[in-house]
Amino acid sequence: MEQFAAVKRSKDGQPVRYLIVDDSVFARKNLARMIESFGGQLAAEAGDGLTAISEFERTHPDIVLMDITMPQMEGIEAAEKIVQAHPDARVVMVSSVGYQENIVAALQRGARHFVQKPVKPEVLYEVIKYVLGEDGAVAGSAGAGA
Amino acid sequence: MKMELIQPFINAADAVLSQGLQGTTKVGNLSMEEAAYRRKGVAGMVALTGDIEGRILLDLEPQTAVRVASHYAGTELPESDGLIKETIFELANQVVGNAICALNDQGFHFRVHPPALVTSDEADKSSEDVEALMICFETPMGNVFMNVALRYNQRRMSDHAAAGR
Repeated sequence: MEQFAAVKRSKDGQPVRYLIVDDSVFARKNLARMIESFGGQLAAEAGDGLTAISEFERTHPDIVLMDITMPQMEGIEAAEKIVQAHPDARVVMVSSVGYQENIVAALQRGARHFVQKPVKPEVLYEVIKYVLGEDGAVAGSAGAGA
Repeated sequence: MKMELIQPFINAADAVLSQGLQGTTKVGNLSMEEAAYRRKGVAGMVALTGDIEGRILLDLEPQTAVRVASHYAGTELPESDGLIKETIFELANQVVGNAICALNDQGFHFRVHPPALVTSDEADKSSEDVEALMICFETPMGNVFMNVALRYNQRRMSDHAAAGR
């Protein structure tokens, strides 16, 4: 997999920590490989929305990558609950069901962005930089953390 | 089964397979199937309900499934690895998800059900009034078969018409 310039946390120069939420083991592994290529760190994984909420509370990741269609609790509802409890949470929806209704519903309920599956690493990389804003820094660029 | 229902699935499968397998995908044989579906290898099925209902099957011969899953995993997987089934499920999900985006833009609404493994050698034919279309995608890693059996939900479509939509 292509390697990208590492995106670190501006405040301490540490790797960005991710919570990956998807009921597909394949999709979770695929996303985990991508975030590794971005210099990120896997904080936790979850296979449904309910587990995502508890894993968020346990690990406090910098970014949540959240599928939509999942058992027990779907991703949009889980994103809403996480953001209600933690308004600073950065949730990026990652789903193949990317029609406008879903995108709008996700954004209205607190998600920061939407990435359509199949995920292109270069697209996800740009979205992560955008969502992190000033809290993220690309290693080697001006203003990057230690 | 109308081509306007099928085309988004062909386009989506072509896009998902081309991107994922990093090679040219060619749409090969298309055939109508009226008999029960005979499974070729590792098959994942995704059901749809709503304005359009039915199911989509993605089916790969065992060795092709191993090659495809190994490609995605970035390592050689044994034929028994559970990740092979997961890979086919996710590919089926991505194809269906992308296709229904296009159909949603045309005003159709659906519910996508989680993928299920087809374990019997013969899958059901869906119902007497649904014929299935089988499409073969020729990829660098072998043939990927997609079997699509869909129909308009007459009751839902009547509701739409009555509502002036």
